[in-house]
Amino acid sequence: MSAARRFGAPVAVIVVLLGLWEIAAQWDWIANALNIQDFLVPAPSDIATSLWDDRSLLLDDTWVTLREVLLGFLCALAAGLGFAIVLHLSDTLRRAFYPLLVASQTIPPVAIAPILVVWFGFGLGPKVLLIALVCFFPVTVNTLDGLRSVDPQLITMMRTLGAGRRQILGRVELPSALPFFFSGTKIAIAVAVIGAVFAEWAGASSGLGHQILIASSNLLTARMFAAITLLSVMAILLFAVVSLIERRVVSWDSRGVTRA
Amino acid sequence: MRTTSEAPIAEPQSVTRAAEAAAQGGTAGGGQGGRAAVELEGVEHSFGELDVIRRLDLFVRPGEVLSIVGPSGCGKSTLLELVSGLREPTRGRIAVNGQGGAARLRSCAYMPQRDLLLPWLSALDNAALAVRIAGVPRREARKRAGEHFDRLGLAGFEGVRPGELSGGMRQRVAFLRTLMAGRPVLLLDEPFASLDAITRAEMQSWLAGVLGPDRHTVLLVTHDVEEALYLSDRVIVLSSRPAGVADRIEIPAPRAADRAAAVTSPEFAELKERALRSLAEGAR
Repeated sequence: MSAARRFGAPVAVIVVLLGLWEIAAQWDWIANALNIQDFLVPAPSDIATSLWDDRSLLLDDTWVTLREVLLGFLCALAAGLGFAIVLHLSDTLRRAFYPLLVASQTIPPVAIAPILVVWFGFGLGPKVLLIALVCFFPVTVNTLDGLRSVDPQLITMMRTLGAGRRQILGRVELPSALPFFFSGTKIAIAVAVIGAVFAEWAGASSGLGHQILIASSNLLTARMFAAITLLSVMAILLFAVVSLIERRVVSWDSRGVTRA
Repeated sequence: MRTTSEAPIAEPQSVTRAAEAAAQGGTAGGGQGGRAAVELEGVEHSFGELDVIRRLDLFVRPGEVLSIVGPSGCGKSTLLELVSGLREPTRGRIAVNGQGGAARLRSCAYMPQRDLLLPWLSALDNAALAVRIAGVPRREARKRAGEHFDRLGLAGFEGVRPGELSGGMRQRVAFLRTLMAGRPVLLLDEPFASLDAITRAEMQSWLAGVLGPDRHTVLLVTHDVEEALYLSDRVIVLSSRPAGVADRIEIPAPRAADRAAAVTSPEFAELKERALRSLAEGAR
């Protein structure tokens, strides 16, 4: 598929929506009819102006948030992969820890963010920890599912060739779990950015989430929208990078191990 | 590109195990007179209440190709699993190269019905899998497996992933992987069942050509009477469940170079008639 066909339709939709938004924001009678004051909903052109005028401030904040997201995400990848392997290898540990794993996901990140700040202060630590916490679950559960769904006949085949537990894990189970691992990773990178915002709201002196909070309390709605735009662009780019890595690593047909 | 799957994991015991198996292969190939490559004595097997195999005695000579045919669901695959050591029989004794118990797993290479190739490995790496498992470095393992590609009609497909191979080619790679395990006894479980009739005929003459000079002991399970009669030195016809021996047929001239001529000859037709009658009687 050509780039024009792939990106043409979504780009057109976005352009049309932004255009309608701009028109609605510029025409006073719509705002008056709906009783909306103009500082509440800035026009896309106002947001673009803010993006340019506040660029040094916003770039610093973007860098801070990006660093938190990447650190938290990478910690979650390492921990999630390790945890999934351990739970896969031991039935007892899996039975013991799986409910706890699910329970950990039921606690809203908004609720634990302030506690983490109380415990660990206002530095980088609690932010990375919160992001890692929200990323950990999708990575672990998906990888574990992948490890457990390996065709049992493949395991038997490996056994007849003389493979032991570690060989079966390294040569069959981990490679076939890779597509699952990447599914979890893609969910994780998307929620990582959300986690970063919550973490910064609970207590921070910089970052895009912090900037949203400050701008909103000062009624700088254009700057607030500019920060939100940057967050969204960051998440999309990170997702694209993960997808690209996935396509390079999982280069085989992963729909099924064998065609009967 | 390639990641975890090829991380070298040293497992020194496997090396000695493989060496042992290779040594046994040598003696079996050389022929040891009265010693059986595979011997079953009064073997019975049941899954709970269900009797699958009833009093089976079998004596397979070293270097012999023995086929087992029987009606669907008569326990043919179970029989191979029993011989390979993946299962233990409910009653009776099984020895492979004189060894019973779990030790026979090391004397047998088992080729399942599905090719079970690893989709992330090239044909060459799939073929070399057993050698890699034995702890041989990748380069050397590839070299050893690669030496057989020409003979097995796989030349030029070394770097191709299984997803891009035809069914027949995949079975060839799976067979080479089984062969590379270096075990004296090959257990083939309906290796061509999933192929279309034309490819299957082609693969049968291919296997005949490969088995001729190899001197492996082969136990072939199939439901295709023609396949069994063409490829084997001896054919055992099983009755329906619980399986027992319905007939034993010696084949005077197995694995003829010209398959089409061989399977249409009057002698072959006679053998085929006999096998089909035994099958029909055994199924009753």
